[in-house]
Amino acid sequence: MARMKFLCDSDRCIECNACVTACKNEHEVPWGINRRRVVTINDGRPGERSISMACMHCTDAPCAAVCPVSCFYTTADAIVLHDKDLCIGCGYCFYACPFGAPQYPRVGNFGGRGKMDKCTYCAGGPQQDNTIVEYTQYGANRIAEGKLPLCAEMCSTKALLAGDGEMIATIYRERVQARGYGAGAWGWRTAYRETVTV
Amino acid sequence: MTRSTPTLALMALLLAAPAFGQSQPGAPAAGAPEIQAPVPEVGAGRGSQPAGQVPESTAQGDAPTGTPAPAAAGAVTAPQARQPSNVPPTPAPFSDRGQLSAEEMELQAALRGERIGGRITIPDRQAATLIQPEGRDWREFHNRTLTWVGGVAVLGMLAILLLFFLAKGRLTTEAGPAGRTIQRFNLFERVAHWMTASSFIVLGLSGLNLTFGRFLLLPIIGPEAFTAFSLWGKIAHNYLAFPFTLGILLLFLIWVKDNIPNRLDLVWLKTGGGFIGREHPQAGRFNAGQKMVFWITVIGGTLVAISGYVLIFPFTVTDMAGQQLAHTVHGILSVLMVAAMLAHIYIGSIGMKGAFDAMGSGQVDLNWAKEHHSMWVDDELAKARTTVVGPAAARPLGAD
Repeated sequence: MARMKFLCDSDRCIECNACVTACKNEHEVPWGINRRRVVTINDGRPGERSISMACMHCTDAPCAAVCPVSCFYTTADAIVLHDKDLCIGCGYCFYACPFGAPQYPRVGNFGGRGKMDKCTYCAGGPQQDNTIVEYTQYGANRIAEGKLPLCAEMCSTKALLAGDGEMIATIYRERVQARGYGAGAWGWRTAYRETVTV
Repeated sequence: MTRSTPTLALMALLLAAPAFGQSQPGAPAAGAPEIQAPVPEVGAGRGSQPAGQVPESTAQGDAPTGTPAPAAAGAVTAPQARQPSNVPPTPAPFSDRGQLSAEEMELQAALRGERIGGRITIPDRQAATLIQPEGRDWREFHNRTLTWVGGVAVLGMLAILLLFFLAKGRLTTEAGPAGRTIQRFNLFERVAHWMTASSFIVLGLSGLNLTFGRFLLLPIIGPEAFTAFSLWGKIAHNYLAFPFTLGILLLFLIWVKDNIPNRLDLVWLKTGGGFIGREHPQAGRFNAGQKMVFWITVIGGTLVAISGYVLIFPFTVTDMAGQQLAHTVHGILSVLMVAAMLAHIYIGSIGMKGAFDAMGSGQVDLNWAKEHHSMWVDDELAKARTTVVGPAAARPLGAD
């Protein structure tokens, strides 16, 4: 099986936020929930880069490690998913996540969090594939249809790559060799404890 | 083009300035770059952009100049290649942008305890953090430190109490029951105590469940039931925070005057509070052990409550680092308080005969009171003699 990963080529990202919009539209994500976002570092200064960030589907995922109800599971493609029927919305995964991926709808009193929502790598959830129940809870399941995540698929500059880790690393490596520069794979060191060496 | 005329005029004026006489000794040297600065802006020549900007921008990006990537080598050579030609050269695409290394930034952020963040276009401040490697530290705390500290504190305390019970059994009043009682805690004190105690028990159990439940309870009752239990626990934890805080405040106000540490407490501690030796040291209304419980409750409870309110309203007063710190404080202090309260519950119930009455009916046996709180009994009797009007109440107590 493949080992699915995201790779954002920050030398190509133009901060158009199409990935963010595509994600929201594909999964009908509720207001206030952002499964994917674009962060611009060094804004307006030399070295400005925009990076599209979502759940990185970490190896040895911190969210799964700290979850008090053990609602996370990893698919055969190494996609980190969770069961919303088991989630209690404690917020621990957000403290542990290096990428700010977990999102919570605001429900109830105080800062009460609802059931956590995050990027599913367009792979749905534990419900039956491509059912209305799955779509309502987790959004579309493109992986079950043999498609890759929509954010990467419709990236206009092909900055955001999704797919098997080896393959997208090779694509990125060839790019960097051809153009002679590249900032590297954002988050890979933290998420997978490895980087793309060129 | 319209801007070039004033700029040229300014240039001429400034260049002519030294001829009229130097007003400032350092003017020519400092003036030169100032004149040249506007020129690239109007498009006179991009090639003259100072090469010094490259390392400067690299430093801002937190990437070292010695990055092993081929890109870094290009950054060094590019400005040199530009120098000879007057034609604006095609710039090496990276040198003007400042070279970053994602790996290096992540490593530095992890080592320095910093977060990589920037600007975001959505109205969520937390989303502006790109990578926070500190999440792993918090994970380490939650999964390892807290589990171990909590496990050792709670199980260790239970083991100590069990050993103590096996060694000494249930402590009894040496003089035996007097048959007559004295009021130890009035209704208000007992209500305040039990409001705090009952909310603390639910808070403690639902809190322990978040750390230990998935190891102890989840395998037994299954994921669905465990989630239902934990969800109710979370709701109870959020709501009972308020009566607990009120209880802490009330207990502090009604008992602080009797809990100021004094010299007698040292004696009490030296003699082991009567737990170890046979003799019972003198004590006022509260002995040193009870004073410790009081201050653990008041100080620990206050800190746990404050950190708890930070957690219950996430990100309202602090950022990610603050939330993680709040959880660390909340978790560690809570398990220590649970351990301390186990001892308190033990000695107030099965550990000592006659002790529960103080918080039960509020009336304790007179001999029990004399044994453990001799000075308090003396005070109460003296007060009764002077203040209580009518022989019916004063005589039985005064007879002692």
